[in-house]
Amino acid sequence: MAERSPATRRTLWLVLSLVFAFLYIPIAVLVALSFNQGGQPTVWSGFSLKWYASLAGNAAILSAALNTLIVALVSTAIATLLGTLLAIGVEMRRQYGRGLEALIFAPMIIPDIVLAIALLSFFSLLDFTLGLHTIILAHVVFNLAFVCSVVRARLKSFDWSIVEASADLGASALTTFRRVTLPVILPAVVAGALLAFTLSVDEFIIAFFTAGAGRASTTLPMQIYAMIRFGITPEINALATIVMAVSITALTLSQRLNRGVIGQ
Amino acid sequence: MAPALAWLTALMVVPCALVLALAFFQRGIYGGIEYTFTLGNFGLVFDPLYAGIFLNSARIAGTATLVAVIIGYAAAYAIAAAPRRWQPAFLFFAVLPFWSNYLIRTYAWIVLLNREGLITQLLRWFGYTGEPPSMLYTEGAVIAGLVYNYLPFVILACYAPLSRLNPELAEASRDLGASAMTTFRRVILPLTVPGIAAGAVFVFVLSIGNFVTPALLGGGRFQMIGNLVYDQFLTANDWPFGAALAMALIAIMLIVLMAQALAADRAAGRIAEARGGADG
Repeated sequence: MAERSPATRRTLWLVLSLVFAFLYIPIAVLVALSFNQGGQPTVWSGFSLKWYASLAGNAAILSAALNTLIVALVSTAIATLLGTLLAIGVEMRRQYGRGLEALIFAPMIIPDIVLAIALLSFFSLLDFTLGLHTIILAHVVFNLAFVCSVVRARLKSFDWSIVEASADLGASALTTFRRVTLPVILPAVVAGALLAFTLSVDEFIIAFFTAGAGRASTTLPMQIYAMIRFGITPEINALATIVMAVSITALTLSQRLNRGVIGQ
Repeated sequence: MAPALAWLTALMVVPCALVLALAFFQRGIYGGIEYTFTLGNFGLVFDPLYAGIFLNSARIAGTATLVAVIIGYAAAYAIAAAPRRWQPAFLFFAVLPFWSNYLIRTYAWIVLLNREGLITQLLRWFGYTGEPPSMLYTEGAVIAGLVYNYLPFVILACYAPLSRLNPELAEASRDLGASAMTTFRRVILPLTVPGIAAGAVFVFVLSIGNFVTPALLGGGRFQMIGNLVYDQFLTANDWPFGAALAMALIAIMLIVLMAQALAADRAAGRIAEARGGADG
């Protein structure tokens, strides 16, 4: 980059500091207040872990956390399998129509609320009983699209001639996949799975519409939403801190595994 | 790939087609669906009451987009101007908040803006003694929440073209006597339009269909299209009208995406021209 005057450089640093302050102060305040001793959710009065302890004793939150874990694990497993196969299928052919591209791209850009009401209408037309299983069916839709896009990015630089070579040497299709293709794409598959897991853990609107009535299938984001509507409490601060830590860890790991693919 | 495509067809294409079909039926007397063809639901979308909510949503989403693009572009510019080896770290930390839960990031603003929140306490600390300002449940709060949530994407989208910018172009412009401002306006800005357009479309599309932020930071006082769709399905029980609203939302989204594609095409032409000029 061209040389800049000291004044310009100072301005650029100022811009960076302000933007990072804007991005991190709200989160930092939330995390700090989760360790607050007092019952006031926004006024600091000393360090304590008691809100974390009180979370551990809250049956509604624990059952919501368990539901979220079930939904995220099952939908991630299905989406990783289907998304990876889809990515391989699409990339192997090379020529794909715009329709196929649009079909794979759509779940990532369709507004959540639209997919949510579409699935609700669909399930109720078929007289499906709503519950965790319908949330899983719904989450696989967008999760498989994200897994597919992460794996495809990795396959762009894949040399398909080694697959042919493996077949020529007498390996079966399954052996070729297990010994040749999979080792190359594995980091991307794991990265895609971690991304899908996080998306599923955090997803609120579609789960909200496809969970049905009753508390039995409440997920963690639904529980958090209900708590926020009710008012702010120190307990939410603690729960929010844990959930944030989980998603940031999973996605940092995913990013590590798959440098630069996510977010491009 | 067949199972994946079947999954997408059964659980996305068919349900969305169903919503489209639903929009042409009538609402039953007791809230169910009466299978008689009508265009009335789309007519109702243009009813002043609902058209007003559409305009409101467009205004809120538009303001959020403008603010996010200005802040995001400035941030991306500053990151691209930082020493090369620090840029990946800056970028990483700019995007990190985007990976945490949307609800929680929105909730963080309730903690900041509520009557006894950090901002009120800061004001008191500076000697302010009056009534706590009401910042939560205002249009400003909704816009702040949207900007906060989607800013990382704008930074990412604007950084890509800014980091690829050929510094010789700006130098040439200055050598030819252009001021810094003119160089930015006539050289740098036009070459980075695709990034701005991508970021802007992302913020606008996600904002206009947003449901959580207006519900939490607007306190239900600022209805946007997303909230209206929600109400039709879960409280008013008028699914056909809700479906028509959802289709209108998709239509707006498609128009915006096409506008972006057009802007990107035109910018690509300009960039090719600039490249040719620089090479020759």
